[in-house]
Amino acid sequence: MILDAFGIEKSYPSAAGPVPVLRGVSLAMERGETLALTGESGSGKSTFLHLVGGLDSADAGRIVVDGREIGTLDDAGRAELRRTTVGVVFQQFNLIPSLDVAANIAFQARLAGRADPVWNAELAGRMGLTEHLTKYPEQLSGGQQQRVAIARTLAARPKLVLADEPTGNLDEATSDAVLALMLDLVAETGAALLVVTHSTRLAGMLSRQVLLRQGVLA
Amino acid sequence: MTEAVLGALLSHWRRNLLQLFTLIAGLALATALWSGVQAINAEARASYDAAAETLGEGTFAQIVAADGGAIPVSDYVALRRAGWLVSPVVEGRLDGVRIVGLEPLTAPGGLGPVELGGDGDITAFLSGEGQVFGPREALAALDGIEAERTESPGVAPGTVITDIAVAQRLLGTDTLTRLIVAHDQPIGRPALGEAAPALSLREAQDASDVERLTDSFHLNLTAFGLLSFAVGLFIVHGAIGLAFEERRAMVRTLRAVGVPLRRLVAVMAAELTLLALVAGALGVAVGYVIAAALLPDVAATLRGLYGAQVAGSLELRPSWWLTGLGIALAGTAMASAAALWQVARMPILAAAQPRAWALRTGRGRAVQAVGALLLLALAGALAIRGGGLATGFAMLGALLVGAALLLPILLDAALRLGARFARETVPHWFWADTRQQLPGLSLALMALMLAMAANVGVSTMVSSFRLTFTGFLDQRLASEFYVSVEDAAEVEPLLTFLEPRVDAILPILWVDRDLAGVPGELYGMRPHETYRENWRFLEAEPEVWDRVFAGEGVIVNEQMARRADLVLGQPLLVAPNTSLPILGIYGDYGNPIGQAVIGEDLFGGLYPEAGALRFGLRLPAADVPALRDALRDFGLPDGAMIDQARIKAFSLEVFDRTFAVTGALNVLTLSVAGFAMLMSLLTLASLRLPQLAPVWALGLTRAELGRLELIRAVLLACLTALLALPLGLALAWVLLAVVNVEAFGWRLPMFLFPADYARLGLFALIAALLAAALPAFRLAQTSPATLLKVFSNER
Repeated sequence: MILDAFGIEKSYPSAAGPVPVLRGVSLAMERGETLALTGESGSGKSTFLHLVGGLDSADAGRIVVDGREIGTLDDAGRAELRRTTVGVVFQQFNLIPSLDVAANIAFQARLAGRADPVWNAELAGRMGLTEHLTKYPEQLSGGQQQRVAIARTLAARPKLVLADEPTGNLDEATSDAVLALMLDLVAETGAALLVVTHSTRLAGMLSRQVLLRQGVLA
Repeated sequence: MTEAVLGALLSHWRRNLLQLFTLIAGLALATALWSGVQAINAEARASYDAAAETLGEGTFAQIVAADGGAIPVSDYVALRRAGWLVSPVVEGRLDGVRIVGLEPLTAPGGLGPVELGGDGDITAFLSGEGQVFGPREALAALDGIEAERTESPGVAPGTVITDIAVAQRLLGTDTLTRLIVAHDQPIGRPALGEAAPALSLREAQDASDVERLTDSFHLNLTAFGLLSFAVGLFIVHGAIGLAFEERRAMVRTLRAVGVPLRRLVAVMAAELTLLALVAGALGVAVGYVIAAALLPDVAATLRGLYGAQVAGSLELRPSWWLTGLGIALAGTAMASAAALWQVARMPILAAAQPRAWALRTGRGRAVQAVGALLLLALAGALAIRGGGLATGFAMLGALLVGAALLLPILLDAALRLGARFARETVPHWFWADTRQQLPGLSLALMALMLAMAANVGVSTMVSSFRLTFTGFLDQRLASEFYVSVEDAAEVEPLLTFLEPRVDAILPILWVDRDLAGVPGELYGMRPHETYRENWRFLEAEPEVWDRVFAGEGVIVNEQMARRADLVLGQPLLVAPNTSLPILGIYGDYGNPIGQAVIGEDLFGGLYPEAGALRFGLRLPAADVPALRDALRDFGLPDGAMIDQARIKAFSLEVFDRTFAVTGALNVLTLSVAGFAMLMSLLTLASLRLPQLAPVWALGLTRAELGRLELIRAVLLACLTALLALPLGLALAWVLLAVVNVEAFGWRLPMFLFPADYARLGLFALIAALLAAALPAFRLAQTSPATLLKVFSNER
């Protein structure tokens, strides 16, 4: 099992008191599995993904990723988990604007100590980025930037890929193409994929769908 | 991992060369101005140290004549016979060079260039025509002397060292100036008063007289260096703040992909250290050039004001350039501390979009306002409490920082007022948009205000000083003509020649002596109306001149009174066993040395050996050329005659050189502020497109937007200049009423110079206009495609 989340609770402070976002969510994923976490805006999808990625801390519950319980890790431990085990793809791409495409793709793998130029080149080729390797993110379209972000994540060969609305900024045709590529590549690397999306059409392309409604799994 | 993170961070600078240039240039300029001033100070101090080391000042106790005059050789012999381990010194001036004669066989170790057992040739030093040791310039000035000249760079500037007999021969004297007292003295020797009653002992002091006298001058320079450094730091702070804001997204990404926070902060600190070292090295190099350019003026100032000899060339000292690098690192740490702290505290999921750059929350602004008011209140409290140079500088610091913190709040209020009166749509948007730009421009505007205030303050101080000084010279230099002779034997024939040709002859009689425990000069004045008519007292008892001329009292100059805490009526020792009450305190600007004046008759009785060699002559101004011709025929060389106008011109030249350095630093500081403005506008311009694109899309042309940018810069500079004026005047008051009193010993009246302020304001506007021109031009030239990209990037 790559992910085992049990009884996760999370709330955010507000002027009117704490607002609960997740109320006892439990979810498990096997290695190599692809799962779509769907739900309306504000249902807690992204919050759950952030907790699994160690980007935020749960108020209650237990999250185990690849055998390590996130709640017991300090900042450095969580950073190490993100470097080596979990890869996160954001809706806003989050590329490093001052690095060119090739450097962006290689970046996370370098951090993880898994730099592999051959694999990077293959990923760039599969993503249709070979002609753009010397360009900077600002010179690319949104779809191209998201493909760079996916390549950067996969270049580090994570065991679990977390994608937060990865096609939220793309048109329908580009979205389908990008997600299909992502699915192909995670299948090849044996990684598990957890995609947060509000699109039921995209969710249908993954092997399992889970609906989150008002902080609980439906 | 560190390498990858550092590479990513540095890539930001590679892609933002303008920002990198701003940071490096800002820090280099700040370091340059600071280290330039420090280089000058270090050079001057090294000269003082060399002088003290060579002449034994400060290191050894000295024995001098109690009446301030020469020491007969017989007194020296008496002391040696009584067991005192003392070594004689003869000092005097020849062709503008200080001649110091030492006796190498008795001089304490470490004194002078020739020591027994050392590398020097003691035989040559003692025998024949002898040798003189000194720096090249001093030796060159002694071209015609009969002694072997040997270059010795270790000797103080403007000074040569020689054997005592050679010095006596060159100076034409057979007496001694002082005796150096060795540290270890035999036990049981008789007291000095017993062995030589006419001599007195002056204990060794930590600093030489010159060093103590010039301390305040160097402190002034340091304060200006610090101000320039602070203005430079505004640029650095702005550049670092902007870079960190622009890299918020990168920071979030780096953390999201697994870079631990501590490592990230450490690498960012390392990156800044690297940049600080590069900028610091550049700054130290530029500082060296600045110091080398200013040093001749400073040396002239120190020579003119304090008689201190400072080398006119600069030496590259390791302690100086290491300090320069240190200050660059410290400045970077100060400028980046807040930014690094923000990164360390920034939640990993914080919005990645740059916040409005340096935008302060309402609470933050309130804290800033409270801090500003507290600092201004502190400045006010210090002004009331007063006392001490440190208090003066603390007051200046509190005043300047407080006003700088208050500036954005006052500007915001002014802009809000403007918006309230705007009726049309575009002006309304203009005021609102200008308010939005304020946080980003605040630091540059603060730097501009500080530089302008410093300019107003210092120029008011210097101009007030000059005005007072010129008036003072007109009063003080009342004699139309001055003559001097080299030898006492020439006096009588000259006076006989002059008496029928002039209205009055006023001898200038003086001796150097300690007055109220500080080195000073005692003058003897001939009773004459000239003094009654022209000298102005700050405080005086009735019939002061009559009583002074009658030998019933003494008058002292302001700096003497302040330095020794003297008041009217207090007795002052003017000679051994002779005290006189102080009857008046007179203004004596441009002279740092304490002076006291007594009547000519009394002076003659106390110091019969001190005859006058210089004379002021009263005669109708129209008769001066004829008198000059007559004196020429009489055989007086041209160098021995000087008219009033030439003395005034010389005094004003000394004055102008004194403030040439502060003037140069002023201009440099203002240039740095202009540069800060340019850099802020250029860097802000890159963030402006998302704000300007919608206005363009709604119908304003790019040229109109460019014009509005220009107007905005001028408007902000105008408001800043208006606020800088009262601050500058407050600064001038502190300089005149507090700092100058401590530094020079006199208090000056403050005058206002509206035309100068208007000119400075105009310069500031031109600087703002020039700084805004490039960003405005760029904006006007921005292609529609670039503006449209703003909308395509919106998500």
